[in-house]
Amino acid sequence: MRAFLLGLALACLGLSAHAETVAQIVATHAADIEKPSRTTIGPVISDLAASGDPMAARLLEAWGNKQLGERKSDKTFFLLSPDPAGYALTDLTGAPAGTAAKSDITELKPNAGVRGLIASALVQFTLSDPDPAKRANALTSIAQDPNAESLAPLRAAIDGETDPTLKAQKQRLERLLTLRFDADTTARVTAMESFGADTGLDLRAALTPLVATSRMASAGPLEGKNIAREIKPGRDLTAVEAYDLLVADGSAPARITHEDQEKALADHIQSGSVAGFPVSDLSIQANRDRAYTALEAAGQVPPAATDDEVAAAITAHRFYEVYTEADRVITDAATAALGKISLKVGVLQVADLGLDGLSLAAIYFLAAIGLAITFGVMGVINMAHGEFITLGAYTGYVVQQIVPGYTASLLVAFPLAFAITFAAGVAMERLVIRHLYKRPLETLLATFGISIALQQLFKNIFGTQARPLTSPDWLGGALTFNDVVSISYIRIAIIVLAALFLGFFLYLMKRTRLGLEVRAVTQNPAMAASMGINPDRINMLTFGLGSGIAGIAGVAIGLFAKVTSELGTDYIVQSFMTVVVGGVGNIWGALAGATMIGSLQKAIEWLNPSNTLAAQTYMILFIILFIQVRPRGIIALRGRAAGD
Amino acid sequence: MTDTTPPAAPPFTLPKYPGGTGAGPRPSAALTPKGFLARNPSVLWFLLALAVLTVAVTILSPAFGMGSMSTSFVKTLGKTLCLCLAALAMDIVWGYTGILSLGHMAFFALGGYMIGQWLMYARTEEIVVQSLATSPIPATAQEIAQGVGTQIFGVVGGSDIPLIWSFAHSLPAQLALVVLVPGLLAFLFGWLAFRSRVTGVYLSILTQAMTLALSLYLFQNDSGLRGNNGLSGLQNLPGLAETSQDLLSIWFFWASAAALALAYILLAWAISGKFGSVLRAIRDDEARVRFLGYPVEGYKLFVFVITAVICGLAGALYYPQAGIINPAELAPIASIYLAVWVAIGGRGRLYGSVIGAAFVSLLSSWFTGGRAPSIPLGFYTIDWVDWWQVLLGLSFVGVTLWAPKGIGGLFDRFRGLRTPDRKGAPLGPDEGSLQEQEAVE
Repeated sequence: MRAFLLGLALACLGLSAHAETVAQIVATHAADIEKPSRTTIGPVISDLAASGDPMAARLLEAWGNKQLGERKSDKTFFLLSPDPAGYALTDLTGAPAGTAAKSDITELKPNAGVRGLIASALVQFTLSDPDPAKRANALTSIAQDPNAESLAPLRAAIDGETDPTLKAQKQRLERLLTLRFDADTTARVTAMESFGADTGLDLRAALTPLVATSRMASAGPLEGKNIAREIKPGRDLTAVEAYDLLVADGSAPARITHEDQEKALADHIQSGSVAGFPVSDLSIQANRDRAYTALEAAGQVPPAATDDEVAAAITAHRFYEVYTEADRVITDAATAALGKISLKVGVLQVADLGLDGLSLAAIYFLAAIGLAITFGVMGVINMAHGEFITLGAYTGYVVQQIVPGYTASLLVAFPLAFAITFAAGVAMERLVIRHLYKRPLETLLATFGISIALQQLFKNIFGTQARPLTSPDWLGGALTFNDVVSISYIRIAIIVLAALFLGFFLYLMKRTRLGLEVRAVTQNPAMAASMGINPDRINMLTFGLGSGIAGIAGVAIGLFAKVTSELGTDYIVQSFMTVVVGGVGNIWGALAGATMIGSLQKAIEWLNPSNTLAAQTYMILFIILFIQVRPRGIIALRGRAAGD
Repeated sequence: MTDTTPPAAPPFTLPKYPGGTGAGPRPSAALTPKGFLARNPSVLWFLLALAVLTVAVTILSPAFGMGSMSTSFVKTLGKTLCLCLAALAMDIVWGYTGILSLGHMAFFALGGYMIGQWLMYARTEEIVVQSLATSPIPATAQEIAQGVGTQIFGVVGGSDIPLIWSFAHSLPAQLALVVLVPGLLAFLFGWLAFRSRVTGVYLSILTQAMTLALSLYLFQNDSGLRGNNGLSGLQNLPGLAETSQDLLSIWFFWASAAALALAYILLAWAISGKFGSVLRAIRDDEARVRFLGYPVEGYKLFVFVITAVICGLAGALYYPQAGIINPAELAPIASIYLAVWVAIGGRGRLYGSVIGAAFVSLLSSWFTGGRAPSIPLGFYTIDWVDWWQVLLGLSFVGVTLWAPKGIGGLFDRFRGLRTPDRKGAPLGPDEGSLQEQEAVE
């Protein structure tokens, strides 16, 4: 008893004696400092940090850097620094204390856990460090590992801050810590309200633990707890979870697993029956339970809950979700703050989703625009379109192997990919498609044969592994608006590219001689021919143009997707869908189709984020149903050009 | 929804052999109606060839004969017969009705999945019951179900048996599903597609999208069909653990041959009558048939569903011989290969599709199996495992361009049948089909 009182008195002394010097503290806790462990050294480090002695920071720094030593002769601690004679010593008041040979000194080597504690204690000293970089680091480390101890030093460090950015950061961090750790409820609530509908991740991370709940069971009404809500077994939690709660707080015996029950029953088989139940009846769970209860009654097995008893126990109790935070005012304020935030986050997420959808739409538009030309304008279906996209991507890859510099190689790759796929398209039109204009289904099959052959050819040349097509550095990174809304520069570039193509295509079709002739041949080839237009030449050029655009799309897609021989296959069905949904024979239709498919796919993915496969499935189902409503797509051609 | 009801009696009698240029045998044929087999000698020839093959394989098989043929080759032949059955269905829907479906291999795989569920469930249950039989207390139904669930779904991280396996314990139920699932899916899809008049290439792309959606769905782990692991161990029949694979392989070969023969006779009979004429008319000019008062959509839907069911049955016979099924089997490419086989064999004639499927699939497995000799060119060696696909693709283009009648066209040469010269005018929207001969006959 006396020892306890003495200890208490000493503790009071320790608390009140802030004027204690570092040397005194170290002397008191010499044994702990010699062999520190993470679990016991905490108070000592806090005492040191709180001592107000200017030596505290130096001592802790030296300790953390393994530059604290103990002289073997008199068990005194010194700060060490390298010296020709071994170590130069500095005593704990900061005065030089000569040198010592290495053999005379025991270096203290705290383990990683203790060093971590030391580092976090040091943070409050570095908060006011003259070097702004160190101050910023200290703020980051507090933000990563917020704790109650940092609050006081952080408050103290605000007024002296000269850098306005850092000052704002410190003030924000101070409010974040206040709302979590301050002793005063009103201060906490004020801090919460001061943020409004701020969507910062740090604020959400600070608020979420305040509304953390745990589940509790109680036979009667639950008193003296901050109850979030009552939960019902079967609706909010499973019966198994509910019973586990009862077992955990000791108000019910543990459930016996079916295996253990079977084992217990097997141990008590006597002449073909267990407790009067024939073994052959025990293939039904209810009978097993009865047999076990009989054994229980006879005292032959330990009591354990069978399924019936579990059900009874669950009905006899009520279950609650209880806030870990005991103060109702705090949890209410935090819930309200989170509600405001989640509304704003929801709005921002929709905006972010819109950006995502837009970039996906741009990709589909790029992939589909070539198809819209060949399929839409010429009525020719080109199943090898996907392989032209792949061809473009591989062209980009090969160019990058030859031309140094990612920007330069891209500038070469785009026109080259266009030239190569244009040539491939023209060759295909002349050799195959020209002979099949009157047989659309056969065009599909023949181009499919080309697709199979090309795909295998790519595999033979480039192998099956993915080839890198690296984007230049200025396309790396993302444009970040806030913690929720951001878009990567590469996606912006693709949106811009898609817009450029839209403009180029519109110009070509509406303002040039070639476009005029293409439109004439589309509407009536015979009449166009009699006006002096060569339909064969126009068809060839149109097909080449569509293929060339596929090649450029391939380079763009290759920048963010894996370049494999199956790259095109991944986009071909979506491209067809885009053209079919949008409406054949119209560039605006392709744009509308791409926008719809892109944004819809993102929206479905957002509803079910774990599963992009399911999103694609639902997307295709939706398209099949959409075709029911508008068989000719969103923007349908009318009049004679629609044909049949 | 459809334009009119089918006329009970057409307002005018259709000439039995309309059009055509051949004038010789027509009057006598019209005066003395011959029997079905006499009018379709190809059915007899086909059955004869199939019978010879079956007897030959039985004699050479390890189970009943000399054993000079390996079990795996018997299985390969059995599987080929199932593919021929699917090709028959494809020929009806494409070669005769003009619907280029790129989804029939999906129905084929669905049939396989349905029978696979029973094979896998029943066999796993056997094993689980066997292992639980050693314990002194008889096992409860829950314990067995849990054991089966862990065995089957452990690989996708589950032990509960999904709802779609509710009937997996019962062979009759799963056999019914083999017919019902592809049939219902085809009905639903066909009804939606045909009623909104989706035709031609649009329909082809839509069927391809359906196939893609289905395969993507099955690739998920929570689809309840073991995700990309698929169903495996299907070669072991429940209750026949003692029976050797030698015996099973020849049984399945016989079953496949019988199914093919039966389907061939039925389909040849169906298309030889008025029904077949309507189908060909729909292929050649859908609008005209509609104006004549036939419910075109009804005919198309009926053909689409029936062929889907045939494909499902073919799949149910195929996958126990293959032993494993996974979602890759119903990737869109598989259905396109089916079209390739039919096109190479010759559309619009049943024997053409069978020849095409057998020829191309056997050749394909010969080339990709690494058994074909490589061709050294000095600077480069053509390894057929790598180059077969290129050859297949290009020959497919060649067939489409220059020989739209496919291999079946050779038979016309033997019989002296020649396409009349139409001076370049198209024969119809689907030139590869056997149109002229039908007209001449």
